[in-house]
Amino acid sequence: MAFFEVDGLTKRFGGLTAVDDVSFSVDEGQVYTIIGPNGAGKTTIFNLVSLIYAPTAGTVRFRERDLTSLAPHRVASLGIGRTFQNIELFEHATVLQNLLIGRHAHAHRNFMADLFFLPSVRRAELAHREQVEKVIDFLDLQAHRDSLVAGLPYGVRKVVELARALCAQPRLLLLDEPSSGLNVEETDDMAYWIQDIREQLGITVLMVEHDMSLVSRVSDRVLAVNYGRVLAEGTAAEVQSHPDVVAAYLGA
Amino acid sequence: MRFIFKTRYAQDLQVFKHSGSVFWNGLLAVLLVAAPFVVPDYYRTQLVFIFIYSIVGFGLMLLSGFTGQVSIGHAAFLAIGAYAQAILQGLGWPFFLSAPAAMALGAAAGLLIGLPALRLTGIYLAIATLAFGFVVEEVLARWESVTGGNSGLMVPAPRLVLQPMTDPTAFYFLCLACVVAVALAVFNLLRSPTGRAFIAIRDSEISAQSMGVNLAAYKTLSFALSAAITALAGCLYAHQIRFISPEQFTLLQSIEFLLMIAIGGMGSLHGAVLGAIFVISLPELIGAMKDVMPPGLAQQPGLKPLVFGTIMILVVIYEPMGLYGRWLKIRTYFSLFPLYRRGMFQRQKAYTKSERVH
Repeated sequence: MAFFEVDGLTKRFGGLTAVDDVSFSVDEGQVYTIIGPNGAGKTTIFNLVSLIYAPTAGTVRFRERDLTSLAPHRVASLGIGRTFQNIELFEHATVLQNLLIGRHAHAHRNFMADLFFLPSVRRAELAHREQVEKVIDFLDLQAHRDSLVAGLPYGVRKVVELARALCAQPRLLLLDEPSSGLNVEETDDMAYWIQDIREQLGITVLMVEHDMSLVSRVSDRVLAVNYGRVLAEGTAAEVQSHPDVVAAYLGA
Repeated sequence: MRFIFKTRYAQDLQVFKHSGSVFWNGLLAVLLVAAPFVVPDYYRTQLVFIFIYSIVGFGLMLLSGFTGQVSIGHAAFLAIGAYAQAILQGLGWPFFLSAPAAMALGAAAGLLIGLPALRLTGIYLAIATLAFGFVVEEVLARWESVTGGNSGLMVPAPRLVLQPMTDPTAFYFLCLACVVAVALAVFNLLRSPTGRAFIAIRDSEISAQSMGVNLAAYKTLSFALSAAITALAGCLYAHQIRFISPEQFTLLQSIEFLLMIAIGGMGSLHGAVLGAIFVISLPELIGAMKDVMPPGLAQQPGLKPLVFGTIMILVVIYEPMGLYGRWLKIRTYFSLFPLYRRGMFQRQKAYTKSERVH
């Protein structure tokens, strides 16, 4: 049984089939990348996997558990974290507060205790803070800890979003175009971090990415999609030289 | 300039972050405790109103300022608290039982109105809360056997335990205690997971959800807490006014509350208090201005809404962070003098957001 498995996933929006019978499986410890031209359905696959959309057909299984029947907010507590293509941070909060919200899946759920800020809440807060500080150290965010997100440059926001996902201590991390909007140097950093996330933290990564140099550097397996269908699956080199993939990008 | 040297994570959890903050808040506490013995009765009453409006401000700020859910029906929760208090005290319940009961009733009403909030956002939610405000107003006017209808209801002097509290100074301290308790409770919420979940919902529902925040549960919770706090303000309001009737809890009152927190400064607890001070002292200011205005203008009706509206427009254009935002700028100007730059508080335009859940 695979660590993470998508089987026959289909999503129709009215007459448009955005994702059509997509199946793949990710082994624990892999970096698995989905590539494809614009509008190929990559982000839709992501939104299906993180349950923001309900699939028309098919199943998503994570560690032998069917996710498709769960409420969307339950995904985080199962150990799946994600980032967004266009950065969805909490703008009017500091970096630290953003990262602490990342701990929500591990937080207690007792607002009465929070109202009185009981000693148990204080202890839990300190423990969360320690965990967050580890991530801050890991991604070199010390300088921005108390800055408001609204005032940060794009490249830093991208890292903050990655940090927020890591704060939840996920087992599977979904990255939606981690390098979009980054310059060459920042993309380089991102590649190192993705490798570190896999090697040092042991987190499995499933990502959507356009930058082929980043893809070939970090990916173990690559899945190419177009018009919602799977074109090819294999190592980065295999997929890049696959005739259907070449046709999809360059025209037949 | 003050630089806080942090050596422990617990420092970020403190109520007062540095000695200056302890000093100024301490001074404020001393002044507020001394006030009823020093200032004339009239100003003591005004202070009590500021306390009551501050409590409403905290309640509405929690919902609108921190959870991002607009309500233009908050006068209804104030009314529920006020009527519940008037009726229960009339039955002989002591304050420490009747006030929690009124708050529970308010919270129940908040849960009820929170349910549509799960499906509605923005202007549609505002309309739903508006409708709720009208419904409550109508119920109060028509349910004559309980509320006394349009002829209103007399409210007895508050009884904390057994003895009626006839001394207005004692009531002043009751209100002060309630403000401090509510402020502390809301502050506690905001430094713990519940408050952070609220802020997450305000700023991005889609990512709050993927962080594991149950949107439905937290939105309803926010409504219930906000309503309970506002109902507590209603309890005090009833005792202060001594006579309540449906026309005190109209749409205009709800809008005044919303303007109060907007002018005070959205998303800050200080803003709620500053807004309350503003709303209570505005009629005073207008009264003072009338003496120097030409008689033709001073006699015009509707001067207060005019001034209120004008100030609101100016705030929205020039100081979206309200009075508290202005205060932050002034403070930063002095603490960084002479290095303050005009652009320091300028916010960057937000980048395009991903597709929304709704």
